[in-house]
Amino acid sequence: MSAIQLPRPDFSRRGLITAGTLALGGLALSGCDKLSQSQGFLNTLGAAEGATINVQRLLLAAGPLAREFKASDISPTFKPNGSTMPSDDDYQAALANGFKDWSLQVDGLVNRPLSLSMARLKAMPSRTQITRHDCVEGWSAIAGWTGVQLGRVLHAAGLKPSARYVVFHCADDLEPSLDGSGKYYESLDMVDAFHPQTILAYAMNGQPLAVPHGAPIRLRVERQLGYKQAKYVMRIEVVDRFDKMGGGKGGFWEDRGYEWYAGI
Amino acid sequence: MSTDEPPDQSPVDPPPPEPAPAAQPAIMVQPQPQPEPRPTPSAKPAREVIYRHTLVVRVTHWINLACITLLLMSGLQIFNAHPRLYWGQYGADQDKAFIEMMAMGSDMDHLKGVTTVAGHPFKTTGFLGASAGADNAIVPRGFPRWATLPSFQDLAVGRRWHFALAWLFVINGLVYLGFGLVNRHFSRDLAPTREQIRPSHILKDIWDHMRLKHPRGEEAKSYNVLQKLTYLIVIFILLPLMLLTGLTMSPGFDAVAPWLLDLFGGRQSARTLHFISANLIVLFVLVHVVEVFLAGVVNELGSMITGRYVVPPEIHS
Repeated sequence: MSAIQLPRPDFSRRGLITAGTLALGGLALSGCDKLSQSQGFLNTLGAAEGATINVQRLLLAAGPLAREFKASDISPTFKPNGSTMPSDDDYQAALANGFKDWSLQVDGLVNRPLSLSMARLKAMPSRTQITRHDCVEGWSAIAGWTGVQLGRVLHAAGLKPSARYVVFHCADDLEPSLDGSGKYYESLDMVDAFHPQTILAYAMNGQPLAVPHGAPIRLRVERQLGYKQAKYVMRIEVVDRFDKMGGGKGGFWEDRGYEWYAGI
Repeated sequence: MSTDEPPDQSPVDPPPPEPAPAAQPAIMVQPQPQPEPRPTPSAKPAREVIYRHTLVVRVTHWINLACITLLLMSGLQIFNAHPRLYWGQYGADQDKAFIEMMAMGSDMDHLKGVTTVAGHPFKTTGFLGASAGADNAIVPRGFPRWATLPSFQDLAVGRRWHFALAWLFVINGLVYLGFGLVNRHFSRDLAPTREQIRPSHILKDIWDHMRLKHPRGEEAKSYNVLQKLTYLIVIFILLPLMLLTGLTMSPGFDAVAPWLLDLFGGRQSARTLHFISANLIVLFVLVHVVEVFLAGVVNELGSMITGRYVVPPEIHS
């Protein structure tokens, strides 16, 4: 029987529909909050991330570059986000020394583990790019970055056949913790690791990288969001899987519910 | 829009001989017995019922409603992570904002919500900038708890909802668009007729809307011109704009289609347009729902559920 044949006065029907809609709406809202706290449901929603990465990777198959801007487009102020001064003792010592004795470790599934001093990194061919940094919160800032392409470093180290991901271990404890679970880290797969715009930046807007922006080295992976741009990179580890590392999701923010693929 | 059909074709005409996916006839005229206790003097002896909304239109309508509601609320959750809007390629805390929501006050117990639009501040405590948190104390928030998904502050969860629903919205929209083209729903039901786009007709239609006068009889069997234009703007401008400005905010998609950055004037402009367009869709939904109530909620709502619409009889006086 269709609703239009109900022999009831229009007024109460209307009231009933309004009240019913409001009640349903209220139920739906509290239901949505419950669902938002259920890990199983969040995992279901997270299936969309798989669709997003597959479609974006298909569309990005030719390896197009992120837009590069003119020097006049650079943001007057670039907001430093996350950690701005790692408290780690080793980091503080290296900083006091101007990173002269510091070196970047490259190890894991590589044929030749490397220990690259700043001098050696700067002696390698560099790339400079003026790009947009997009925070997951919604804001953007444009800056120029100079550094070594990550692909060159990985070639120099030589990847073993089982290598699948590149993990960046950082000096900062973004969420200070006793067990080290608050240490910042990030990971990329080989598609982004070997993209020409993926660089280990040591200079920003023509100046040596300042501490709030990740001195001595920060990662730039231009087709993804800000939380992928790990600062204070101390060690690069090549792995076949990252599920046993940290919270198991491949990065500090990933372990806190954000997508591993931050292209959207 | 297509003008290859006779301008005066009304939905009463039998469907054109085409491979229509729906097996049902487009129109059903059912003379039904008058319900006993309702002798309405103005009504004809038989009620005229037409088949107004095809199954695909009805199903995609309700999926779209669910998607847009959840997209809006999860979008406001994402917006709350940075309740400022800019114009251009970049924009962050130190840059000039076009719209800004913030909480002001000397201490956390006396927060006031202030929304600044193009330099003009407005007090919006309780709604924008500062509103009740979990324990009912006023906390800094862009949009209030009842408007966001989830109600509590959680950008990661908001993004999960938003990007999952965005896929459903796109797939549902493609089904609707594909069906509308094949079935000629757009050219038959939504394209204004030559008669309807005459200025005198449009003015009369505006006047009828202002008097809250709704068409009856033959006229009620097709959409009026303001209704058609509104639907066309929402379907072909606002909803695609939501998708395109949303994609422009994706750094990955910007590498695929850098022309989007030129089209919208930058990622931050796209974010602002995404917000404005979402507001216009909310405005549309409010007017749409008011019109449904004014035109007769049972008949209108019922027709979007069952497909069958009772034509309001002409009033003979």
